[in-house]
Amino acid sequence: MTVTDLSPVGASTGTSRPVLEIRDLHVAYGYGPEPVRALRGVNLTLHEGEVLGIAGESGCGKSTLVYAATRLLPPPGLITGGEVLFHGGVGSTGGEPVDILRMSDKELRRSRWQDTAIVFQGAMNSLNPVYRVGKQLTDAIAAHRPGMSRTDRNDRAAELLSMVGIAKDRISAYPHQLSGGMRQRVMIAMALALEPKVLIMDEPTTALDVVMQRQIVEQIIELRDRLGFSVVFITHDVSLLIEVADRIAIMYAGEIVEQASASDVYRRPRHPYTHGLLNSFPPLHGPKRPLVGIPGSPPDLQALPTGCPFRPRCAHVMDACADVHPALGPTSLGLPGVGEPGRSVACLLHDGHGEVPAELRV
Amino acid sequence: MSSDTYHAPAPPPDVPVLEARGLTKHFPVKGLRSHAVVHAVDGVDVSLRSGQVVALVGESGSGKSTIARLLARLYTQTSGEILLHGEPVTAHRGRAFRRYCRRVQMIFQDPFGSLNPVHTIRYTLTRSLRIHQPKLRGQALEDALEALLNRVQLQPERYVDKYPHELSGGQRQRVAIARALAADPEVLLADEPISMLDVSIRIGILNLLKDLRDRLGIAILYITHDIASARYFADETRVMYAGRIVEHGESELVTQEPAHPYTQLLVRSAPDPENLAAQDRTGANGEPPSMVRPPEGCRFSPRCPFATDLCRSTVPALVPVGDGRKVACWGYVEASDVEPAERDLLPVLGAARVGVSA
Repeated sequence: MTVTDLSPVGASTGTSRPVLEIRDLHVAYGYGPEPVRALRGVNLTLHEGEVLGIAGESGCGKSTLVYAATRLLPPPGLITGGEVLFHGGVGSTGGEPVDILRMSDKELRRSRWQDTAIVFQGAMNSLNPVYRVGKQLTDAIAAHRPGMSRTDRNDRAAELLSMVGIAKDRISAYPHQLSGGMRQRVMIAMALALEPKVLIMDEPTTALDVVMQRQIVEQIIELRDRLGFSVVFITHDVSLLIEVADRIAIMYAGEIVEQASASDVYRRPRHPYTHGLLNSFPPLHGPKRPLVGIPGSPPDLQALPTGCPFRPRCAHVMDACADVHPALGPTSLGLPGVGEPGRSVACLLHDGHGEVPAELRV
Repeated sequence: MSSDTYHAPAPPPDVPVLEARGLTKHFPVKGLRSHAVVHAVDGVDVSLRSGQVVALVGESGSGKSTIARLLARLYTQTSGEILLHGEPVTAHRGRAFRRYCRRVQMIFQDPFGSLNPVHTIRYTLTRSLRIHQPKLRGQALEDALEALLNRVQLQPERYVDKYPHELSGGQRQRVAIARALAADPEVLLADEPISMLDVSIRIGILNLLKDLRDRLGIAILYITHDIASARYFADETRVMYAGRIVEHGESELVTQEPAHPYTQLLVRSAPDPENLAAQDRTGANGEPPSMVRPPEGCRFSPRCPFATDLCRSTVPALVPVGDGRKVACWGYVEASDVEPAERDLLPVLGAARVGVSA
């Protein structure tokens, strides 16, 4: 069985209804006259049963994006514009999507964890060390399902643990008695406690070694197939994303620069940054080739260049790049005017400003 | 050893620059009346030759970093010996230790924590130069500083008066490498030098280290958990599991045709976008053993699909399997080499067995 064959429930039946729509989201850090503009007009749609990967270097806004979309952004982070529509949430009536950013505190409290659950970065530190894991698992259930008895809650917690492959008797263990991988599994079990429609995973495997990473990823894919939730998977490891995700969005300096299906991103990158990112990972298999990575350093969001933010590091930079800020649009390949179906890119090479170089038109 | 110059006489090619034999480190576990120890490293052999990169691959907690610290003499070993140009090293403090440091330098994982934030790059590097080459003064010192920064591909005039917080992670790691190079070392111990850097600049640091190996003939120990980067960068790869080396050989061979069941699991677990169709569920399960009470025999035996009673009771030795490769697994031991009573207990690796012992 291949990982790519595990296509989402929604996509395989052709009904790719959106669950979460992020529209023109802007986020800034700092209240002063010169805030760091961490997100600048991000548009992203998550469909039912889909695994959407978000990749990029640290500081490109991956985590900011999901924290803003769930209103978990800590100060001095400030959402300065945009909307986040959730379809079919607990508070929705008559199939109308609700804007998470405009929910009242009460509605938000009801919706959180029920509609969208998050597995945070760093399993080591996300659990409270002074409570048993069972207690931490039942807390969320107790808050959202007040009618449930204590025994039922404990049964549910045990069921959740066995679902992620941990023996039921570990329910009374303290976090320090579990290994890093097991703690991460507890976090996943906790996130699934209320059967959310959307599961957001913020670098869930970064602190783990490859064998454990593989176990966790296989577990997530299996649970997704069984329970049919949608996943937003954030990581800087593009090669891992290509395996787990159906669709990938590549971020650079607070913007999405390319969006396409996982295999298209890997085999046919259209943005110079995506191409560079793919060339930053030495392959374990296949021919050995010299790699260059991307010259220069990741962008400073406080001193972004004019025009295209990737300009100082780009191998195909043109005069126009300094003046025109590229917008996410269709590629210049494929059908004229439409581009290639299902993918978009933010690069002037695809806006008719120049010839698309050979390695970006495969 | 006793000479005051830091340029060692050219070693005969067959003697490794730095060698460790049977290196063992046990850390005592705290607590009243506790005699338990953490078996961090057990009987590890490593040899580093000039102009060669040796990678030490393993998961977190397998003892990789402990080996680097033992080789840098930041810890003293429980048993085993360390040889520099064939001569045993015992120094761990004072003048002798500093003389050793001059020849064996270390780069740490975290470039954010390893540079003092209150000093400029000029101060950090000048200090390192002055400590290791006390006679440098004035213009000669200035020139040496410039040469160092150029060697790590940072423009001197642009970076010399910056503070660490003004630099990106990759630039900081380059400064840390420059600081190590100020001693003009023969051996560089790089403990996960790229794992905290942004993905797009990791390759740049590896290419820099590659360049230093080729131009200055430095012997490099590259510690990593990423076996793919070991294939890219290292000439020889040693795979560690729970404090012991389970397999070593030429990097290409170890990564393309792993022999030990653990290395096979490691290679199978790494993401491989080239080959999505062939990717089976690995069925990986279990986790590394407790290092306080490690399994008696082969430490991988509790997770190994081929393990027999022999694996669970007796530690396998590293046996050659051809092409200069060695594997610590009973599955590669010839039946004629063991006691008749144990012959039936040898595990059968079947299709997982690779290479033919010569």
